[in-house]
Amino acid sequence: MTRPSPETLAHALEKQRAAAAATKPAAVDTAPVSVTGAQSLVKSLEALEVEVIFGIPGGAVLPAYDPLFDSKVRHILVRHEQGAGHAATGYAQASGKVGVCMATSGPGATNLVTPIADAYMDSVAMVAITGQVASASIGTDAFQEADIQGITLPVTKHNFLVRSAADIPRTIAEAFHLASTGRPGPVLVDIPKDILQAQTTFSWPVTLDLPGYRPTLHPHGKQIREAARLIQASKRPVLYVGGGVLKAHATEVLRKLAELTGIPVVTTLMARGAFPDSHPQHLGMPGMHGTVPAVYALQRSDLLITLGARFDDRVTGKLDTFAPDAHVIHADIDPAEIGKNRHADVPIVGDAKHVIEELITTLGPSFEGRYADWWQTLNDLRARYPMGWEDPVDGTLAPQYVIQRLGAIAGPDAIYCAGVGQHQMWASQFIKYENPATWLNSGGLGTMGYAVPAAMGAKVAKPGTTVWAIDGDGCFQMTNQELATCALEGIPIKVAVINNGNLGMVRQWQTLFYNERYSNTDLGTHKHRIPDFVKLAEALGCVGMRCESTADVDATIKAAMEINDMPVVVDFVVGKDAMVWPMVAAGTSNDEIMFARGVRPVFDEDEL
Amino acid sequence: MAKHTLSVLVENKPGVLARVAGLFSRRGFNIDSLAVGETEHPEVSRITVVVNAEDQPLEQVTKQLNKLVNVLKIVELEPAVSVQRELLLVKVRADRPLRSQVLETVALFRARVVDVAPDALTIEATGTAEKLDALLRDLEPYGIKEMVQSGLVAIGRGSRAITASPALRVAA
Repeated sequence: MTRPSPETLAHALEKQRAAAAATKPAAVDTAPVSVTGAQSLVKSLEALEVEVIFGIPGGAVLPAYDPLFDSKVRHILVRHEQGAGHAATGYAQASGKVGVCMATSGPGATNLVTPIADAYMDSVAMVAITGQVASASIGTDAFQEADIQGITLPVTKHNFLVRSAADIPRTIAEAFHLASTGRPGPVLVDIPKDILQAQTTFSWPVTLDLPGYRPTLHPHGKQIREAARLIQASKRPVLYVGGGVLKAHATEVLRKLAELTGIPVVTTLMARGAFPDSHPQHLGMPGMHGTVPAVYALQRSDLLITLGARFDDRVTGKLDTFAPDAHVIHADIDPAEIGKNRHADVPIVGDAKHVIEELITTLGPSFEGRYADWWQTLNDLRARYPMGWEDPVDGTLAPQYVIQRLGAIAGPDAIYCAGVGQHQMWASQFIKYENPATWLNSGGLGTMGYAVPAAMGAKVAKPGTTVWAIDGDGCFQMTNQELATCALEGIPIKVAVINNGNLGMVRQWQTLFYNERYSNTDLGTHKHRIPDFVKLAEALGCVGMRCESTADVDATIKAAMEINDMPVVVDFVVGKDAMVWPMVAAGTSNDEIMFARGVRPVFDEDEL
Repeated sequence: MAKHTLSVLVENKPGVLARVAGLFSRRGFNIDSLAVGETEHPEVSRITVVVNAEDQPLEQVTKQLNKLVNVLKIVELEPAVSVQRELLLVKVRADRPLRSQVLETVALFRARVVDVAPDALTIEATGTAEKLDALLRDLEPYGIKEMVQSGLVAIGRGSRAITASPALRVAA
């Protein structure tokens, strides 16, 4: 094991302390002062109480980096702009604040496109600031020019090209407002170099000019009464809970609503942690790799109480066979989600917290024992189809076991960030989430490489919390360069590489649907041990460990938990044949869910 | 599928048309016609778009348009309660022997001749798409050399103005 020099660590910690000491923002009201556009930008970020920016400087954005050098805003120099973007996302998801990333024009900006699209799909409050070539050069194919406003049009909530230095404070304030209110999302601000260099005046606060932006927070009373009426009349209701409940900080009131009514709860991939896994009313995750009781509950329900969820194809399976008998109450802050995929009998536009609070008020008590029959069916399914796995017959380490032990040892107060694929599904299935903002993953876009930089961002947001990235060997090789950032900046994340030597989820589909023809899924990380993740970790300034047997799993995790002054990477060498179950094959009905390979659950008594 | 005419009031800012047009193609909707111009409020532009869609997808397109930060207001203009017009400029072959017949058609459709050449006339006509189609059918036998058509513009009948709504929040 090699460690970075104590000087490096001391320097990093010192910076952290200095940053912490300087968190109190300057006087928020600022009389007009003469500044450059770049200074105006940095002053705006300070006025908005930005703690940290993840980024990389370059030609066009250089002017902004000069005042940033003296600012109390911490800048974390990443190794690739994609890392900056996902780190901003991880920071935002863990802290509930806006995540900020910065890049230069052209390739710097285009490297941000993937994390911006990721944040868009998962509704994460992010502001991306990019340098642009000088105004006069725009449109001339200048060096490092890319039309990033045009490129990100479909994947941002909104974006700006700043045309005058005087507009900088207002534009930055608008970007933060748009990113963090209503349905959150990424906002990009593109600033040409000459605008950053121009002389202007800065004053604060600014008046926002967004006449077309009016998110509806409070639901319509009539719709709430109608929803309450349907709930009162239902026999097999389900609370179908999505990520919007976490975004609205509505987990406490959700619990109240669930306990008031006794209605079963399912939490989507984006909502894991919104309702405690230990709660007896929690049926788990629905969808393609959901639990049998959760999938069944939706299918046989007569009323879906949909809160901040969007009927994603990974949840519904074949849409026209999804929950065929259910009426739908659909509450979302984004009116465009309502009725997009599934007709809503009661559409409710509003913030999930307000919606749930008003539902509780309107419903009143008197739910005692109402759903006894429904619960009997669901509890029977829970008993017959619990989550589990079979240990590999070849004696290799079961990836599910590793992840389950990790969750048990690190506990429900840790933050878990997953990449995309089998390990992500296992991490959503076998770790018990009790608290909001402890499960971060790339749900909508399914971005491999999300875990390490997102964990970095989460650790910056919550330095006192243990942050585990649970990554696959494929994902890990896409963004592990940010471990160098973590090592140098004093961000001691922990990474569990669930190394099955393959692109595991793709391989699983090849096993099931492509006659076991394993085209281009063997990464060689087992066969040739290239790369050697232990050596790679050490080269990146981290502690590297390896675990290859069931007997060593606990001890290895505990050893990793002991190290809190530098990042740790554990190479868990696991079997390549483990599969994610249950599974609803793509394009099929949820009724076709497979509990395990070749095993279809028996749902109804009359089918016996 | 049915045609729907939407009046979309937007902030008069660079790039807004690209946002609106891009949204249509991205969400898989076909635009039949598009026209943009300023309104009585200089900071507001009006996009009139004719889209071919069933009611359900139309609702989705309206909601998606409303999500665009620069979109202020969307109103569907039903043909029965609005005036809808397109502009057509058409260059027709019309040498001396045929000229009077062409002019007769022009008069019938209450169109105007805006340019004369020895062997051609350029005709300007406004009206609904149906009227302009009928005019073109009548001119076809003489030989259409070139034509250009504007997008449809529409305005509601009666004294109410969609730009007067408080929801617009424009500084009058």
